[in-house]
Amino acid sequence: MTCASDPCIELHNVTVVRGHRVVLNHVNLRARCGEFIVIIGANGAGKTTLLQVVNGTVQPASGQVSVLGKSPSFLNGYKLRRNVGFVAQAPHFDPRLPVTVLETVVSGCFGKRGLFRRIRPEDWQKARQALAWVGISHLADRPLGSISGGEFQRSAIARVLVQEPALLLFDEPTNSLDVRAKSEIVKLIERIHGETRATTLYVTHDLKYLPDRCDRILFIQKGEICGDGRPEELLPKIVVQEL
Amino acid sequence: MFSHSFLLNAALAGLFAGISCGIAGVFLVTTHLSFLGVCIAHAGFAGAILGIWLKIDPVISASVFSIAAAFAIGPLADKGELSPDTAAGIIFSLTIGLAFLFLGLMPGSRGEALSLFWGGILTANSKDLLLLSFVTLGTLVIVALFYKEIVAVLCHRSIAVAVGIPAVFVLYLLFVWSAIIIAVSLRIVGGLLIYSLVVNPAAAAFQLTYRIKYLFILSALFGVLSTWVGLFVSYFLDLPAGASIVIVSTVIFAVALFISPKRKTISDLDPVREILPPHNGDSKELK
Repeated sequence: MTCASDPCIELHNVTVVRGHRVVLNHVNLRARCGEFIVIIGANGAGKTTLLQVVNGTVQPASGQVSVLGKSPSFLNGYKLRRNVGFVAQAPHFDPRLPVTVLETVVSGCFGKRGLFRRIRPEDWQKARQALAWVGISHLADRPLGSISGGEFQRSAIARVLVQEPALLLFDEPTNSLDVRAKSEIVKLIERIHGETRATTLYVTHDLKYLPDRCDRILFIQKGEICGDGRPEELLPKIVVQEL
Repeated sequence: MFSHSFLLNAALAGLFAGISCGIAGVFLVTTHLSFLGVCIAHAGFAGAILGIWLKIDPVISASVFSIAAAFAIGPLADKGELSPDTAAGIIFSLTIGLAFLFLGLMPGSRGEALSLFWGGILTANSKDLLLLSFVTLGTLVIVALFYKEIVAVLCHRSIAVAVGIPAVFVLYLLFVWSAIIIAVSLRIVGGLLIYSLVVNPAAAAFQLTYRIKYLFILSALFGVLSTWVGLFVSYFLDLPAGASIVIVSTVIFAVALFISPKRKTISDLDPVREILPPHNGDSKELK
């Protein structure tokens, strides 16, 4: 049992290097269980890399990482990711891919179900309920590649609901969506956090579509955290041109 | 026709090779890595020729070469910042060069080595059938045991990684097993022809369904149909068996392409509901 004061994520002096470029430079971050943190910064500032370090798909060159009480190494990172819901930008999918929206949503439980275990009828049931929750149950049997970007992001959120994670990571989920879809996705993410109370990291560079209910905002610039505070304190200090 | 025991053996070999190559084709076609199949086939071809030269079992040497090729492509693509297809092309050129080098250096008769070009389904013996049946059984067991992981990795690898599936392990398992399937089927189908039996049935099945479960079933079915109809045509028209099998598999693909419901535009995709049965389960609000 965790309480709100327990750290869900702890990054201590984390540095990530790609080629000769320092992408994250001695980053420190502590997120309590249940916190909703928005991470803002310009393209290339290191926001996505920070999320990748948290879910164990990128290993830091130096520093310590603890997520849900574990260190996400290359070998055990996949076990950690069973408890981490991740929604990225809407990718391009081949419309001829032989997979439906419902089959993608049910994959949210695959990691937790474990190897050699079959998909159970209750998993399909849960996937259908999640699709209804995000408002796209009518798309269940459509090929994944045939739906719009906004619908794809809703299906990704439904997949995360099926996964029932303790930690939610959103990597610019509203990118390349139209204005209406952007605000709908942000509201949906706020609603998920409100109902699940899962610790949430939400990355964006778009200040027009920030979640209203976030607890903290982190401002990243050139791989370093330059600001950390409540939205009403931090946002007025950030010059829009910096994004 | 089946009063000849060699034809019965050929039909059984066709059954096993058709199922396993058809399923391997799904692994490669769905991941858009069809050229990996060419590369693995030619690596196996080079390995088998080396095995014949060094008087070791060609199936073993072909398997080693095929598996090595499957493992080399990923790191080569990463290190060289190349697309997997370019990396496969480099390995392909190396293995085809090695195959001809081994052929050139081989002393004495090269008849057995040259027969690997077009295979010998009509000379399938009990050892071939045993190996092929073992590999086919293994293929079905792997698909059954790892079905949900395979579906996730084949269709949306980034999502598979995100939900905590050991995607790299599953992907390499599929590539290694594809390499074994190709190496074992090489003597029967031939180094130049096996690629067609791997890719054509899967590509034909891909035209006809939006469900990956049916993709596996149709691909295996088309693989078996290719070998059996090819054998039939070869027997009655007195044509080379390997070439007949390949041409039949291509004809099956052409027919599938012609009748494919995927020829419709995206805006017409709603009627797909009519050809795909919905899953069971009610849509209720999540509590």
